[in-house]
Amino acid sequence: MAVTLLDTRVSPFGMRVRITLEEKGVTYEYSEQDLRNKGPMLLEMNPVYKKVPVLIHNGKPICESLIAVQYIDEVWNNKSPLLPSDPYQRAQSRFWADFVDNKVYFPGRKTWTKKGQELEAGKNGLIESLKLLEGELGDKPYFEGDKLGYVDVALIPFYSWFHGYETFGNFSIEAECPKLIAWCKRCMQNESVSKSLADPQEVYVFLMELRKKLGLE
Amino acid sequence: MAEVKLLGAWGSPFSRRVEMALKLKGVEYEYIEEDLGNKSPLLLKYNPIHKKVPVLLHNGKPIAESLVILEYIDETWKTNPILPEDPYDKAMARFWAKFLDDTCMPAIWQIMWSKENQREKAMEEAIQHLKTLENELKDKRFFGGETIGLVDIVANFIGFWLGAFQEASGMELVNKERFPVLCRWIDEYVNCSVVKQNLPPRDKLIAFLQSRFSASSWKY
Repeated sequence: MAVTLLDTRVSPFGMRVRITLEEKGVTYEYSEQDLRNKGPMLLEMNPVYKKVPVLIHNGKPICESLIAVQYIDEVWNNKSPLLPSDPYQRAQSRFWADFVDNKVYFPGRKTWTKKGQELEAGKNGLIESLKLLEGELGDKPYFEGDKLGYVDVALIPFYSWFHGYETFGNFSIEAECPKLIAWCKRCMQNESVSKSLADPQEVYVFLMELRKKLGLE
Repeated sequence: MAEVKLLGAWGSPFSRRVEMALKLKGVEYEYIEEDLGNKSPLLLKYNPIHKKVPVLLHNGKPIAESLVILEYIDETWKTNPILPEDPYDKAMARFWAKFLDDTCMPAIWQIMWSKENQREKAMEEAIQHLKTLENELKDKRFFGGETIGLVDIVANFIGFWLGAFQEASGMELVNKERFPVLCRWIDEYVNCSVVKQNLPPRDKLIAFLQSRFSASSWKY
């Protein structure tokens, strides 16, 4: 098949690529990877990082989720553009997607890998970042305007991880960022998103397994 | 009022990247030096999220984060493109630029600032990443091919800053024996006219780094 995706069901980075492929109506082969026992295909296609997701188009790999999303947006440019057409707006979209990569994933990670003060620091960092994103969203339905765009795709996968963060961190994201949760539910009304996001319970079970290995449970 | 302004810092590789791209494309701009120990109201206004340089101002509208700025410059001023046209080649350029910033640079910083007993491990990791980079370069003149491109611009800290670090600290990570291909690229790179014009004065940078090292208790 022309398009293959090496991925794992619960990866928020993988979800970004899946949403994009769905938005564009691209037929692809999905290949679930076992990250504890990495297969030769993954090691060959992503020798530098050995991570998912890896998009393979006509045998050529594209690694790093946001790079893959931009690639898909550029190649399948006849439908559902994710990045705005104006260069300044595009720069703002890239800025905020980069912000999600650095300021959402890493603090969020502390809520399920750490305890005590480090957990609290992660939780507070995450809330701060989500509030900044909420501010950037403002009264718009989506980050780039009327429909699902690049920043939405970058951020929405983490919605499936919120339940995990909240349980292990003992807090409520909806209480802190109600407008952001409203945006999350709006995003889920798009079939590309609802089909691509893992179930929060599935993510929670996955995180519990990891926590057991880390000796946190 | 100038159409294009750049808030930067003389010694910052991130800031110099943007200058390189602007000069490459013949874009006139007003440069504003920021004192990073005493950030100006202008910087805090135009980059409230990260409060860092560089910040590009185009017709009064700010863009922050060097990689974001470089793509903006390439899309706005079409002379001497720094990114390839082909979407796959573009994706590859973006991948290597990100590898440099997310993986190579932090590994090199780790050597500088890690404790003595962890330094060897940090060196090994940095060497591994630089070998990966060297492998990507192979026999190309530049990462961008015959002329410098996005990856070469982003690799400015390897092309120039690393040498200054090595001289300031006595640490030797990159040499001709270990990295013959990378050293060949470094020679070509620093002699390239648009690069030469956009490097900080070497002696000033070395002196600055030496004072930073002696202010901390770092000793190599």
